[in-house]
Amino acid sequence: MAKIITDVVCPFCGTLCDDLEVKVSDDGKEILEVYNACVIGTEKFLHSQAEDRLTVPMKQDEEGNWNEVSIDEAVDYTAQMLCNAKKPLMYGWSSTNCEAQSAGHEIAELCGAVVDNTATVCHGTTLIAVQDVGVPSCTLGEVKNRADRIVFWGCNPAHAHPRHMSRYSIFPRGFFTGKGHKARKMVVVDPRSTDTAKMADLHMQIEQGRDYELLSALRVAIRGNPLPETVAGIPRETIQDVAETLKSGRFVVIFFGMGVTQSLSKNHNIDIAIALTRDLNDYTKAAIMPMRGHYNVTGSGQVLGWQFGFPFCVDLSRGFARYNPGDSTSNDLLRRGEVDAVFVLGSDPGAHFPISSVKKIAQLPSVCVDPHYTPTSAVCKLHMPTAFVGVEEGGCAYRMDNVPIETRKVVEPPEGMLSDEGFLERVLARVKEIKGVA
Amino acid sequence: METVTLTPKEQPELFIDAENITPNAFAGKNAAEIAGLSVFEGNQTQTLGQYFEVAGKAGATAEETKIVIKGDVTKVKYIGMRMNGGEIVVEGSADMYVGAWMESGSIHVKGNVDAFSGTGMKGGEIEVDGNAGNYLGAAYRGDWRGMQAGTIRVHGNAGSDIGTFMNGGTIIVEGDVDVHVGTHAEGGTIIVKGNGKSKIGGQMVKGEIYVFGTIDVMMPGYVYREDVDLEVDGASARFALFEGDMGERHPKRKGQVTYGKIYQKY
Repeated sequence: MAKIITDVVCPFCGTLCDDLEVKVSDDGKEILEVYNACVIGTEKFLHSQAEDRLTVPMKQDEEGNWNEVSIDEAVDYTAQMLCNAKKPLMYGWSSTNCEAQSAGHEIAELCGAVVDNTATVCHGTTLIAVQDVGVPSCTLGEVKNRADRIVFWGCNPAHAHPRHMSRYSIFPRGFFTGKGHKARKMVVVDPRSTDTAKMADLHMQIEQGRDYELLSALRVAIRGNPLPETVAGIPRETIQDVAETLKSGRFVVIFFGMGVTQSLSKNHNIDIAIALTRDLNDYTKAAIMPMRGHYNVTGSGQVLGWQFGFPFCVDLSRGFARYNPGDSTSNDLLRRGEVDAVFVLGSDPGAHFPISSVKKIAQLPSVCVDPHYTPTSAVCKLHMPTAFVGVEEGGCAYRMDNVPIETRKVVEPPEGMLSDEGFLERVLARVKEIKGVA
Repeated sequence: METVTLTPKEQPELFIDAENITPNAFAGKNAAEIAGLSVFEGNQTQTLGQYFEVAGKAGATAEETKIVIKGDVTKVKYIGMRMNGGEIVVEGSADMYVGAWMESGSIHVKGNVDAFSGTGMKGGEIEVDGNAGNYLGAAYRGDWRGMQAGTIRVHGNAGSDIGTFMNGGTIIVEGDVDVHVGTHAEGGTIIVKGNGKSKIGGQMVKGEIYVFGTIDVMMPGYVYREDVDLEVDGASARFALFEGDMGERHPKRKGQVTYGKIYQKY
């Protein structure tokens, strides 16, 4: 008889769906089926059962051959690498729990490292903007129960956050939104006709890289000031229409993604979007929220925030925390040759960083901690496999609206497998030994 | 005025933080004492003498001290940070944060400077013969006070985000600039002798931007007002005056609304 575990939290995207049900075998070792999750979430659970899964650390020798090593050797190599470096980079942290992040930060503090998370190539610009101008935000529960004007700006939840629209933003019937999606107006701003855009009441097919101008134009329209005939390829009348639609709503929420955070204008796109939200609050209630990607990238920002005061790219090399995106961000450090060791956990820069940065990782002493064999492991000197957080290990994760949710363990990891936190604790102990601190 | 000469001898493996290269830190010290000042390479504390030959001696005060760096210091950050009087000449290129938060004195870089030069500058002069990077004369992250006074002159081009949150002082770029000029500015003057790109004066509350060349796309919040004849940085010409950013708040003073101004040369 298989048993069903309910209220399981999905460790894939920032939506952090908490209504999954997982059918496991009687002995609790095998996942048979996953209910309620999207295809990507389901795959995340089922992949932990893959037969070709890595279970032992692998180290690359001088000639580039991979050999199995013991966990003790992996711990020692990692600790020695971090202790010997003048400025090690500890990157990733978004696909692990807050407990592991906290343990990692302790190592970083002892070694004078730079700690950076995936926000650096994703919503880091949002965090810069929030620091510049503040943010009026809300929780996803409020969106479900109250929001009747939804804007998706430069994001495609239909593919990137598959259950976002059905759980929170478009379809659900909430306390004050009893008619569900019939009572909601959906505006999508995207240069492409995405699957999300196809569902919208209004799709503003904007010229690439002109988001800043269009957001500015919306602010001008809300203030009732004159506008040029077209802005960013959108006619004046449409812009004024959208401004009216937003003003007439009871609760406006702007969701935005990497279409604005990582295209021309970057953080300024977000600070003007926040300014637009602030302007809308003169007429109605409005909030803005980033569509965070990794399930716990928000948590990494939170943990870094309460430990060091900054949400990403924290430079601890001088013994105090410094933060300046453009100087202390991973790609700038790698590209300019400012770091001499790289430690990666819970992310895959090998697949997502520019090739100039990846080449630098390949030249440096480097460690990759990941349940999977990834493009990052291919360029690192040591690959340390660990248990899947949210599948084989519990722990705290933050949803995209900054709500902490405790993830659940559903199956046992393969025998002898360490968790991220367990591995980091052992590295920390070894670092303390090498540095001679109690 | 006494002169201290620094000659780079050993390139650092990584980059060094050298906020001690200022007339203030050097004042009243001889060459040996200056060579003993600390610099930081990653998490290692080193001495200035490890990377530079130090010759000459400093004056009694910052005002009486001139520092000459003979050569490229492209791996040295924070030259002239928080300097308060005196003079620095770099006979090559420098890295980030040249003259950040400087209060008075002058810095002359004969090569290029990288990003964040003149960050939060409060006074003094920076002259760059080559190009400047991004965030020239801008605010530090999270600060609403960018450059407040002083002058920055760049003979080459400058990057993006120059004069962000600027509220005083003058930035002159003789070449071209990248996107975002004077974003969030609440004062100050930016003169671009070459071409601008888009997003000039976005969210600007107050201040003036002069563009001698082209502007790719004007921000939608700017309204053409009139033509004016002006003398700007030694050049007389006719300019079209635009006021904005109409999407942003604008304070009223004695019944008059203050706007940001963009002057574009005909």
